[in-house]
Amino acid sequence: MTTRGRLTLFVLSAVGLTAVLVASLTGLPRFGSDAGRYGRLINRSAAVERHVPEAVGAVTFDYRGIDSFGEESILFAAVLAVALVLREQLDEDDLPYKLDEDPGAVTAGETTETVRLVGMTFLPLVVLLGLSVIGHGHLTPGGGFQGGVVLASGLALLYVAVDAATFRTALPDGALEPVEAFGLSAYAVIGLLGLVFGSAVMDNFLPFGHLGRLVGGGTIPLLSVAVGIEVAAGTLLVTAQFIDQLVRVMRSRSAR
Amino acid sequence: MSVFPYLVAAWLFIVGLYGLVTSRNLIHLIACLTVVQSSTYIALLSIGYQRGGAAPIYKEIPTSTPAVDPLVAALTLTDVVVGAVVTALLLAFAVQTKKRSGTLDPNELRDLQQ
Repeated sequence: MTTRGRLTLFVLSAVGLTAVLVASLTGLPRFGSDAGRYGRLINRSAAVERHVPEAVGAVTFDYRGIDSFGEESILFAAVLAVALVLREQLDEDDLPYKLDEDPGAVTAGETTETVRLVGMTFLPLVVLLGLSVIGHGHLTPGGGFQGGVVLASGLALLYVAVDAATFRTALPDGALEPVEAFGLSAYAVIGLLGLVFGSAVMDNFLPFGHLGRLVGGGTIPLLSVAVGIEVAAGTLLVTAQFIDQLVRVMRSRSAR
Repeated sequence: MSVFPYLVAAWLFIVGLYGLVTSRNLIHLIACLTVVQSSTYIALLSIGYQRGGAAPIYKEIPTSTPAVDPLVAALTLTDVVVGAVVTALLLAFAVQTKKRSGTLDPNELRDLQQ
């Protein structure tokens, strides 16, 4: 099919799709009107039942905890697929990541002293912020998913500030993969323990504690930490795969 | 206008789809897919919004205070993070495609063998 034909077909279908979209979306309750009944119910009962002030965290890890398990499984599968797609091909060499190898020859030059100083100053701050967002997921907006990404960004500063060899030597695949698997399986184990100690899978069987305390809300902070670990390790693995790919491409280019 | 956010979501969806269909670069195509994904986030969050509603955090306020729907917020926040990693997977495909066939143009990638 020619480009012209494809475009014509798209325009015809898009007109129909737009009509259906607009008709259905404007048929919804007006923007700003009362939220759904489930939302109102959760708002009224999350703090009372689960002693967790943040209703979004309670929904993510308790009321709809099984959906979050599905989401982090998607993330796990996507990380696995990236590692598979970007693996070393038959015509590429393996990468020796030794710290004493000259990093400037491998990646796009060395970083300056200023970048290194600023980056290494911010690394512990961002890591701390990530841990805080993960740990306070049931108290303030945040949780395992967002905090995990912040944590991974903090650790990826090691690549931004220094070089690829340091990043890959400090956080090798052999360390990140078990951590990610631990995060995913911890979530599954806690969910199954709900079956053992409670009444159903993903049941919140731990004591709820006081409202607003850091340790409270039953399994919610534990699940948030498990997701945070898994998301952070998974994001770092994806970053590492892309960095490896960059190094391979640059090395093959310089070898020619 | 009280249907404006929904129209924005529909517009983003259609524009993203148009970019997808007429794309000449795989990276651009993946960015258009991200635009389509964000249209769904906007649609979700618009459904959950409540005028005059507080954030659904009940530390200081009584639980009877009208607040924004937490359910759609939870759906969106997990989707954003997972969507980012799936986008990374698509970009990995683009990287290998460029290495294998030397081009990022979807029109030239139509034949499966080189």
